[in-house]
Amino acid sequence: MSSITQPIGGHEHAHDDHAHHPTGIMRWVTTTNHKDIGTLYLWFSFTMFIVGGCMAFVIRAELFEPGLQIVTPEFFNEMTTLHGLIMIFGALMPGAVGFANWMIPMQIGAPDMAFARMNNWSFWLLPPAALMLLISLFVPGGAAGGGWTLYPPLTIEQGMGMDLTIFAIHIMGASSIMGSINIITTILNLRAPGMTLMKMPLFCWTWLITAYLLIAVMPVLAGAVTMLLTDRHFGTSFFNAAGGGDPILFQHVFWFFGHPEVYIIILPAFGIISEIIPTFSRKPLFGYASMVYAVAAIAILSFMVWAHHMFTTGLPTAGILFYMYATMLIAVPTGVKVFNWLATMWKGSISLEAPMMFALGFLFLFVIGGFTGLVLGIVPLDVALHDTYYVVAHFHYVMVAGTLFAFFGGVYYWLPKWTGHMYDESLAKWHFWLSFILFNVTFFPMHFLGLAGMPRRVPDYPQQFADWNMVSSIGAFGFGLSQLVFLYAVIKCIRGGKPAPAKPWDGATSLEWTLPSPAPYHSFETPPVVR
Amino acid sequence: MSVDQPSPRPGSGSTPATADHRLPGNRRLFMKLAVVAVAMFGFGYAMVPFYNAICRATGLRDIDRPDRIVNTQVDATRSVRIEFDTNLRNMPWKFRALQESTDVHPGAVTQVLFEVVNESDHAVTGQAIPSYGPQFAGQYFHKLDCFCFKRQTLAPGETRKMPVVFVVDPKLPQQVSTITLSYTFFEVEGNGNG
Repeated sequence: MSSITQPIGGHEHAHDDHAHHPTGIMRWVTTTNHKDIGTLYLWFSFTMFIVGGCMAFVIRAELFEPGLQIVTPEFFNEMTTLHGLIMIFGALMPGAVGFANWMIPMQIGAPDMAFARMNNWSFWLLPPAALMLLISLFVPGGAAGGGWTLYPPLTIEQGMGMDLTIFAIHIMGASSIMGSINIITTILNLRAPGMTLMKMPLFCWTWLITAYLLIAVMPVLAGAVTMLLTDRHFGTSFFNAAGGGDPILFQHVFWFFGHPEVYIIILPAFGIISEIIPTFSRKPLFGYASMVYAVAAIAILSFMVWAHHMFTTGLPTAGILFYMYATMLIAVPTGVKVFNWLATMWKGSISLEAPMMFALGFLFLFVIGGFTGLVLGIVPLDVALHDTYYVVAHFHYVMVAGTLFAFFGGVYYWLPKWTGHMYDESLAKWHFWLSFILFNVTFFPMHFLGLAGMPRRVPDYPQQFADWNMVSSIGAFGFGLSQLVFLYAVIKCIRGGKPAPAKPWDGATSLEWTLPSPAPYHSFETPPVVR
Repeated sequence: MSVDQPSPRPGSGSTPATADHRLPGNRRLFMKLAVVAVAMFGFGYAMVPFYNAICRATGLRDIDRPDRIVNTQVDATRSVRIEFDTNLRNMPWKFRALQESTDVHPGAVTQVLFEVVNESDHAVTGQAIPSYGPQFAGQYFHKLDCFCFKRQTLAPGETRKMPVVFVVDPKLPQQVSTITLSYTFFEVEGNGNG
């Protein structure tokens, strides 16, 4: 993409700066403004990140030493389950939707999202759902403890905490589907004149495809948990072996949702990284079209690989081979993306502000997570490593160092646009280095633990795993606490700081940088013309 | 791409760019996407019969059909011990094998007997599910007839002797000298109990 030759000021929007909206709490409850809703999503996401992080604290505290010290095994299982559900459905997915709400209308020159009121509703469904998950900790029988994957028969037999979990998933799924319909309609119908699809910033492209994935698979998850619910209470036998059902069937339905879900979580992160790296390399993104096609290829392939989560369930050999090779195939479009990012940086004038640091951290650690994913995709190795800490290490490299680092980078990248102030660069650097080092202290040892055979979701372990578990726990405490630096840096930036110009990054090219900072409450009411 | 000073939207034919849900284009797209979402909810349920059909076609869940035996040759040079194990899951029955174990030559057709007693005062329907130890021996254990092929309904107080006719495949790996055949009866609720 070429650069914007004639940046425009915000004078035509000056009269909008005094936005007409209720003040106080009602502003946030009744808002239909995409920027307000984006802010709500991002704060909700961060709150859930802290809540899920506290659960990780409990898990790592119990695993600090062998033996049972702090919590009961049942409570430990509830913690691992809720940690997974809250981080995925409460922190990562709403975080991505928050970025979409803030940035997509500004990047395509639209005044707002297509369905502004539904946008409000999609957000306000989330807090009750999160509350139901947390309340389930206090009901008789406790929260769901069968793992975030909710496999029967355990989840058919648990108490009412499981029902609350099922309803929470229903509500969050409805929210995701509405949000996705909104995003697709916005991108397809509300682009400014001249903003053809192949001129869109890559963040919009990744979200367009992610939204299609969400619409395709969230209803399947809703169906799967509805079947669990009717098996539990209404006498059906989808998964109940005693009534002629099959628990393995649940795994098929769940992972038909679950594998595309993995890409739902990582694709928006790819989009953010594809914005940051060209900006701070001061070069256009290398291979823009191939990036778009790679995302589409990843999305299509993601529907054909779900059974690689089930290599140990006794699939026929032909099936196992198919899923193994299809899984390997995903490395091709993913490799295209990684090499394109590298080629974008090649001979670029790179500067290392915090967003770029997080993007580089993402690149380095995501590739490690991708490679361990390839290792797990190889059947004979997977049979040995299935449900060990190697898997835990793998998906935390992809989700924490992948998606979360991209989100951190995105926050620092767009904070000047959101708040009108520059963030504190040295605080952000501290945040990056603490996160980067402590993340590796936490999760790298899990590779060793997994290779040595330590199973996941177990509160106790034999002596030989003690040392690395202690290292991992210390890293986890440090990683969690260093996120307070992030919170402080963001609050400090909202409160004040060096005023940000309309385009604080000289290499940035997309439309949002033509607006003043902070972005006016209503932007692009008159669409810009993109040539 | 380059951006001009924003100008009013050029006339007709361009992409609509206002956030108005009443725009017919937006509403049409909303309806299409909503239909996709509803259809995918149905697809989740459609996976159930599809899964069962796949399992049938590939023979993955043939626990309720007799195995086909071709050209069995009795291998009298070795014998394999078959041990029997019986379990009930929350059922008012008694269930036992009439022999603890038996020694068979691979390839030889053998019949064993099991006995169930309904100790309750009402009719109960059960379904037995077999499993094998070691697990992979299951594929070498061919059942020609088994009470586990169909549901068993027992009247109050009824005692029933039930046969299992089987052949151990001569291709059973040499190192396997003992196979444990374990049955668990599950109650089939809501079907055939009245």
